[in-house]
Amino acid sequence: MHKKIRIALAALFFIGVTLLLLDISGSLHAWLGWMAKIQFLPAVLALNLAVIAGLILLTLLFGRVYCSVICPLGIWQDIVSNLSGRRKGKKSRFTASPERKWLRYGVWVLFVAALLAGVQVFVALLAPYSAWGRIVQNLFQPLYIWGNNLLAWIAERAGSYAFYPREVWLRSLPTFLIALATLVTVTVLAWKNGRTWCNTLCPVGTTLGFFSRFALFRPVLDLDVCVRCHHCEKNCKASCIDINAGTIDHSRCVVCFDCVDSCPLGGLKYRFTWKRKAAKAEPASAQADPARRAFLVGGLMAGAGALSARAQNTAAAAAEADKKRDGGFADILPKKEPVRTVPITPPGSLSVKDFYQHCTACQLCVAQCPNNVLRPSTDLEHLMQPRMSFERGYCRPECVRCTEVCPAGALRPITPEEKTTWHVGVARLDYNLCLPFSLDQECGNCARHCPAGAIRMVRKDPEAENSLRIPTVIEERCIGCGACENLCPARPISAITIDGLADGHKRD
Amino acid sequence: MEKNINRRDFLKLSGAALGTAALAGCQPKSAATSGTPASGSPAGEMEYRINPGNGDKVSLLGYGCMRWPQKPGPDGKDIIDQEKVNELVDYAIDHGVNYFDTSPAYLGGESERASAIALNRHPRKDFFWATKLSNFRDASREASLRMYRDSFEQLQTDYIDYYLLHSIGRGGNRAFETRYVENGMMEFLLKEREKGAIRQLGFSFHGNQKALDDLLALHGKYHWDFVQIQMNYMDWRHADGVRNVHAEYAYEQLDKLGIPITIMEPLQGGRLANVPDIVAEKLKERAPGRTVSSWAFRFAGSFPRILTVLSGMTYLDHLTDNVATYSGFQPLGKEDLAFLEEMASLMKAFPTIDCNDCKYCMPCPYGIDIPGIFKHYNQMVNEGNMAQSAGQEDFRKLRRRYLISYDRAIPTLRQASHCAGCKQCLEHCPQSIAIPRELRRIDAYVEKLKKADFGSKIL
Repeated sequence: MHKKIRIALAALFFIGVTLLLLDISGSLHAWLGWMAKIQFLPAVLALNLAVIAGLILLTLLFGRVYCSVICPLGIWQDIVSNLSGRRKGKKSRFTASPERKWLRYGVWVLFVAALLAGVQVFVALLAPYSAWGRIVQNLFQPLYIWGNNLLAWIAERAGSYAFYPREVWLRSLPTFLIALATLVTVTVLAWKNGRTWCNTLCPVGTTLGFFSRFALFRPVLDLDVCVRCHHCEKNCKASCIDINAGTIDHSRCVVCFDCVDSCPLGGLKYRFTWKRKAAKAEPASAQADPARRAFLVGGLMAGAGALSARAQNTAAAAAEADKKRDGGFADILPKKEPVRTVPITPPGSLSVKDFYQHCTACQLCVAQCPNNVLRPSTDLEHLMQPRMSFERGYCRPECVRCTEVCPAGALRPITPEEKTTWHVGVARLDYNLCLPFSLDQECGNCARHCPAGAIRMVRKDPEAENSLRIPTVIEERCIGCGACENLCPARPISAITIDGLADGHKRD
Repeated sequence: MEKNINRRDFLKLSGAALGTAALAGCQPKSAATSGTPASGSPAGEMEYRINPGNGDKVSLLGYGCMRWPQKPGPDGKDIIDQEKVNELVDYAIDHGVNYFDTSPAYLGGESERASAIALNRHPRKDFFWATKLSNFRDASREASLRMYRDSFEQLQTDYIDYYLLHSIGRGGNRAFETRYVENGMMEFLLKEREKGAIRQLGFSFHGNQKALDDLLALHGKYHWDFVQIQMNYMDWRHADGVRNVHAEYAYEQLDKLGIPITIMEPLQGGRLANVPDIVAEKLKERAPGRTVSSWAFRFAGSFPRILTVLSGMTYLDHLTDNVATYSGFQPLGKEDLAFLEEMASLMKAFPTIDCNDCKYCMPCPYGIDIPGIFKHYNQMVNEGNMAQSAGQEDFRKLRRRYLISYDRAIPTLRQASHCAGCKQCLEHCPQSIAIPRELRRIDAYVEKLKKADFGSKIL
């Protein structure tokens, strides 16, 4: 019964969080947004004390329920492990192993140090929810969008407006590779040994493991009933039951109830227990390590292969898109990202620094951005954390979706009205590329589309009454939305581009 | 023998054009109709008109060769689908169409060649060629002569039946002077006509009343064998008037001078096939079995001075519909003409853009799909899909419909928001549309749609 409840809740959370990350309609976060906000690390970064306290309390009461029910990466491993166990003779494939304390706490200490020092790459790499977010956004959302595009294709032919196509594009190669490598590693580990990741590398697992040692409800071995058949041990994906020693390592137990169900004699029960010292487990065979390393390498290589195939696909898609053009259309060069002195972060972040300190790089905002503005950074310092750029669209004035979905408090919810007063960057002009100079021709498309009225067209020659007009930026008014950069006819580099603000966002 | 319409018939009819009252009694008879009633049976013969100048027996339906079907070529750009062109031409010839109108400028310069490939599979005496001196870019004598000679090369013929000075009249007679008079081409073409290389010499006209009057004043000097005008039930009395003359006026003037008229844009570039719902319903109510477009063709064919009505038929069903309309043709009566005038007034109230999709403005140097944007906009207007305010009941539906269909019709990078306002298109538009201004108007509407509903989670 316990197990059934666990599976039902896990399915609910897993599907919910994954759908939230896949969603392109923008309508799901109102229903599912909370599922991201109760994830442990985002709650820590958002200083969401209620959630943190709630999760710790939950763990103190029932053990690491979080890892089995709330954490999508954990549930993914359970799915993989379950599939692996369906192979003939592999159902009870686990063996007890001792806690690898040096690895577990070593990683944890490094993680906390990185968190405090602001080395977000390391934090983002290990944080389980973020890892899942990256995997979904990079690997699964494209499939989801292609599915949507197929429906859109059908809808268009059926005269329906229910679906419309979205662009699928590679937002950042390194992030894509990391997502792929993470997925391969986690999947392979789970396939072989169940919850290895959670009990060695995962900092959230380690943190909660510390509390779950003292959990009030936990699986308890009844050594009087136990006939030492080791069945539960072989079914424990956390490898935390040691029948020879007669112990269960509750810091590693993710309360999946597999053991409870597996014991034919009812020798394991999940029940209220006052604190009992966790017995020391005997050292077990250490066969996992070299194997894991091999898989890591293999995973990376497989990742690289899949990636180059994907790159070819996008090139082919671009060529295909071009094919439809009539002979009567001028070619349009794709825009290239200009060099920005300071990266641009979305409104709703307090400053670039604050944003990057809080962001766990879960890619939820990237996945949700309807204007193709957000993408993961490629520079090492902010690797995988989002930044704004305007080659494919600009930060539309009516949209505040990224601020609504951010679970980590890196972006705080704002209204479209607030957004009009929120300066995230400032436009700079390169007159060498600007049409009134480069072609001696009228333009003003930037000024026409500036939602802040920050671009004024002035006379190129102040003496001449009928002089060509050139754009100028009133820096004080510019909010850095990128409409001008995106719609500037100069290609591939726009004549007007946005720079982030060196001393942080400004509010009017 | 077919019955020619003689000069007296024309004089008699000229008065009819204005009121159209006398039309019913004076319709030109179908060719080869001695025994059979001229009307009623859709399987009747193609209606022919006799050119009083040289006795040419011209089919009332003429084929405009500027909209041949296309398919993606090997390099990704569209090319003419020759196989389909051949099929269309064969069907047309089989059903009595014998006037084919092309130009060196059409379809990226490929129309003459493709039309010739299809038509030269038929005896030369079975059809008339019409082509043009489209010297827009380079009006020098050398370039104009090259273009003229190249047409013979492309069409593989020794003579051109109907040769036109292409699109003159806009901006007064300046274009005519520079492109045809100052470079000596007019003199040259007159000689070619004398030699018989050009059988009939005329011009296609876009412009205002003054420009038309000026050109017609030269009739004594050049003797225009025919004139091509834009005529349809919208432009009859509801042309722009300032930049473009009403077709009614043009028709009357030409009729007075006894100059045969060929019609272009009888369907306003397809706009009279895609009329506002309210008008479509009224047309259907009046004749449930007839297509919406057929009304435009019946209108154009109902005037006796018309030699042929050009239609750029891309699809076989356009062709079959038009062939059906002009086979055993029945001109519209007084009541029907009055009804169409009523429809025209009704349509004038819709804020559509007068774009005929001729693509002369293309390619836009910034890649904008100008005719595509206008076509989509007009369709939205005609189907009643324009939102008036964010407060209205079906606003969300209208918003979604406009924005999604806009993206479907036009790739984002070719939408109105990317217009730089270089105004290069302006001089090319025969309809004198203020293209950049209209693009901005549409862009502003789209922007309003996008912004108006802040609460929307859908788009």
